[in-house]
Amino acid sequence: MKIGYYPGCTLKTKAKNLEDAAIKSMAALGYEMVELDRWNCCGAVYSLADDDLVHFLAPVRDLIRAHDQGFDKVVTLCSMCYNTLARANLLMRDDEVKRDALNDFMEEENDYKGEVEVVHLLNFIRDEIGWDKLRDAVKVPLEGLNFAPYYGCTLTRPEEVGIDSPKDPVVFQAFIEAIGGNIVDFPASQTCCGSYQIISNPEAAKATTLEILTSASDAKADALVLSCPLCEYNIGRRQDEIIKGNDKLENLPTFYFTQLLAIALGLPIEDLKLELNTNSTKAFLEQKGLPALA
Amino acid sequence: MPVILSDRTIDLDFIRKLEDISGQPLKTCMQCGTCAAVCPMDESTDMTPRKLIHLAQLGLHDAVMNSNMAWICASCHTCEVRCPRGIDIPKLMEALRLLILRKNENFIEPFEISDEAFEELPQIAMVSAFRKHTA
Repeated sequence: MKIGYYPGCTLKTKAKNLEDAAIKSMAALGYEMVELDRWNCCGAVYSLADDDLVHFLAPVRDLIRAHDQGFDKVVTLCSMCYNTLARANLLMRDDEVKRDALNDFMEEENDYKGEVEVVHLLNFIRDEIGWDKLRDAVKVPLEGLNFAPYYGCTLTRPEEVGIDSPKDPVVFQAFIEAIGGNIVDFPASQTCCGSYQIISNPEAAKATTLEILTSASDAKADALVLSCPLCEYNIGRRQDEIIKGNDKLENLPTFYFTQLLAIALGLPIEDLKLELNTNSTKAFLEQKGLPALA
Repeated sequence: MPVILSDRTIDLDFIRKLEDISGQPLKTCMQCGTCAAVCPMDESTDMTPRKLIHLAQLGLHDAVMNSNMAWICASCHTCEVRCPRGIDIPKLMEALRLLILRKNENFIEPFEISDEAFEELPQIAMVSAFRKHTA
């Protein structure tokens, strides 16, 4: 079965490991992820000003592409793209005045009124495949490994686009359970990693990332599971710098959820694009003898 | 620091602009402090969202605009999902940033980011930082 897929900029380079593992895993589950033709950057953040319309053009154009190409759903992997596209879609569905202004402005495009549904892959798996079927498809259950699901901000907030309840989400835990891993609940699973403040106010970003690492480590996590390339950058790529000089913290491996899915489905190691992961993540897999069927 | 309320410190037009850009009625806030309790950036800001909103309710333009709160806010929406009065606080923070950015003043300068950082940073980090912090 074919599904419309919006990758976003980062997944084509720095987070190719998030994308490749997803495409290969979904193929193994019987779904072809068809990349939208002529997609553009979604803008990464949703405009929060009431009098700003111009920043909705980018995400709405992507939604128009999906609709024009015959998809009733568009699947995303990156949490920030998911959030931006899903919120822009709600605007086009619910705000008649802004919808008309945007459609008029994009005269060359077909009119759009929120017909496409924006779906994050975790919810696609939950709703279209189901946890039982996923469990049956698993060849290498990740038994005995303790995974801390890190939602961050944009998967669950604001509530109207959350892939699950912003106060008590369970979808990530259900995913980990279905691929055979142990779930580690930790208080900072929805604490902001600092996001783009790593550029503007790096010390503020590092302080909140340290809190996340401490919380996951106190909860005895073996690894963090993520869905956002910016979270991965802040928590994974910058980790050495953050824990330097802190005797209580050791390196914590960071995986994209799609990589764990690929391992559990028994896909070959090259599908994981592990060269883009941190050294401690690679070392962790090696120590556990994963991927087992490589 | 004492808060001085006088016709020289109170700016009613500032309240109107903030409410117009954000779409959020400032008077709705009852100062419960839930936003202050959940803000993940509390270690780095010079005041809590609660206090910032209180100063804004009073129309204290300079006190509000001198705070770093809106610039440290990462729009994580934790306060928004918890606010018992339904105020979209990230929208207020965005409005405060826009009052500066719309005067063509940047908070960060893209050209000052090092080549090494450009090489390493994910695209979404740069796009979002430029969207939030440049004119």
